[in-house]
Amino acid sequence: MTSTVPPLSSTPAGPDALQPQARPNAAGRFGRFGGQYVPETLMPALAELEAAAAEAWADPAFTGRLNHLLRTYVGRPSPLYEAERLTEHYRRPEGGPRLWLKREDLNHTGAHKINNALGQALLALRMGKKRIIAETGAGQHGVATATVCARFGLECVIYMGAEDMRRQALNVFRMRLLGATVQPVTAGTATLKDATSEAIRDWVTNVESTHYILGSVAGPHPYPMLVRDFHACIGEEAKAQCAEAFGRLPDVLVACVGGGSNAMGLFHPFVEDTAVRLIGVEAAGEGVASGRHAATITQGRVGVLHGAMSLLLQDAEGQVQEAHSISAGLDYPGVGPEHSYLREIGRAEYLAVSDDEALQALRLVSELEGIIPALETAHAFAALDQLCPTLPPGTEVVLNLSGRGDKDVNTVAERLGGLGG
Amino acid sequence: MTAVLTPIQQRFSDLAGQGRCALMPFLMAGDPHLAATRATLLALQHQGADLVELGIPYSDPLADGPVIQAAASRALAAATTPARVLEMLASLKGELTIPVVLFTYSNPLLNRGMERFCEEAAAAGAAGLVVPDLPLEEAERLSAIAADRGLDLVLLVAPTTPAERMARIHRASRGFTYLVSVTGVTGVRTSLESRVEALVGQLKPLGPTPVAVGFGIAGADQARQVREWGADGAIVGSALVKVMASAAEQHAGAAEAVAEAAGRFCAELRAGLDR
Repeated sequence: MTSTVPPLSSTPAGPDALQPQARPNAAGRFGRFGGQYVPETLMPALAELEAAAAEAWADPAFTGRLNHLLRTYVGRPSPLYEAERLTEHYRRPEGGPRLWLKREDLNHTGAHKINNALGQALLALRMGKKRIIAETGAGQHGVATATVCARFGLECVIYMGAEDMRRQALNVFRMRLLGATVQPVTAGTATLKDATSEAIRDWVTNVESTHYILGSVAGPHPYPMLVRDFHACIGEEAKAQCAEAFGRLPDVLVACVGGGSNAMGLFHPFVEDTAVRLIGVEAAGEGVASGRHAATITQGRVGVLHGAMSLLLQDAEGQVQEAHSISAGLDYPGVGPEHSYLREIGRAEYLAVSDDEALQALRLVSELEGIIPALETAHAFAALDQLCPTLPPGTEVVLNLSGRGDKDVNTVAERLGGLGG
Repeated sequence: MTAVLTPIQQRFSDLAGQGRCALMPFLMAGDPHLAATRATLLALQHQGADLVELGIPYSDPLADGPVIQAAASRALAAATTPARVLEMLASLKGELTIPVVLFTYSNPLLNRGMERFCEEAAAAGAAGLVVPDLPLEEAERLSAIAADRGLDLVLLVAPTTPAERMARIHRASRGFTYLVSVTGVTGVRTSLESRVEALVGQLKPLGPTPVAVGFGIAGADQARQVREWGADGAIVGSALVKVMASAAEQHAGAAEAVAEAAGRFCAELRAGLDR
């Protein structure tokens, strides 16, 4: 089941609202979203992080090293690939959209997450912090963080929900192989929400020695900005690659949204190009009507979780609700504040697709393109079913292929059963 | 100009006149149920508490360690809501005369709306608010709204807070300033960090607002230590919550048994503080 939701506010935003200095403003806010709702203990560390990041971005030694490692260690730039058979699949008699895939699945460790983990690890080194903590849902951010910690000789503790450890056993093994400690979290729903809470508690306790590599564009300022900026290479490369491939900007960008980091990385350099449609795809789990979903933007209300004001799945009393998705990476009741903002000002659109739709899409892309996408990414593909019939011939669509699906084969096998012959 | 003192200011002023340090126990409303909370509040008052901090349970308590997290889970499982907590509090009017400081995370408060929450809290007889995930930058608006309804918004200072910021927080905090004694979440510690003494010494000269120390105070000895270091109040949370939880377990959640155990522990703290 899929639903398009109109912007929260009908007031059209002026061009100022799209400029980088409004995303976020000096107070760390994206409109009314964002901010810093954290224990006082962390406030100096957030200020330190913001200052360190600003300094680092202005330092050619830092950006030079980051870009060098993105090239030689991560494998950037990731290709922009023309998905010819998928394009053919959606072609109508009069034609159809042309589909391009931004191949973040080809990065080292198999997803976009390494862009941010690498950038933040270099920042931690600059700040003299030798211990790294992180939260993980699908395990991709945990693996990316464990990877860069191994690369730079940093101590690494990954918080992961016990339920997610079961669903993503392969990634747990990878993290351990990379020398990280994986700390199971059994509180609450034992998923990403609780792992994030536990990581924040660790940070409150060890803030003087520890850097927290938050893995999404969520959390208190400056994280939503910081994480987005380390992923903006996705959109910057895509922009240049589109110019080279078809000589203009793309018409539509599509990406899955849990916390929303791969989507923000792709969208960010295009936000001011208002002719480009930005479409985020959330997880509708067993269907929005079932109540068992993770469709935060399409179904949530404004609230505060993990340090930021954003849209949030919560009950009438303001207790955070359990999210449900077959994809551990999207199984989160919150969303990055910039997504809430882009929706509120009507700049981006958000859809929700179900577990079943994502599984069908995963199978379709595997069979047509020889690419097994991550379950998270499969949600973005699933949205094409609804989207493509509405797009005129010649529409150029870029979909962020945020991760590969090797980690998900057990889950997929459980759900699809034997595939037969 | 004669300023009317709020109930919290009045209480600290009276105690200062007597040369005493305020004892402020914390309990989680609805753990194991609100009848026990009601009885416990009265027992704490009877056994020498000067103020009481009453937690409103929240699903994602970032600043809390395992003991208070578990208490919040039990309270939520018992269907405790802010409205029910306030209803219970209102039912104690006339009986409970010590100031009650509500401890709530941002989201349940914002969900209800700052104005409405403060309105209802004041109507139920609360005297102040502590919001552990609302630092100075986010607190300005709430502080004004709370003050309009006669509620003191208490702000927190941590060991990591730089000196200049500490001064700003201390000036903006109303009722008292909550000095977090550890870099960490709530929970019983075997010993208090000696830097608490320096922090109290640093904070006190910055303004007339009283300073109460919390997070990690395990019992009477540490409460007394905090007094000796110059604090105006000692907040005891996890240790009391543990005492209540074990009484609830032993006596199948009987309200009187929980209240009695809490009262006994409070009396010990009182004796230690006044020794």
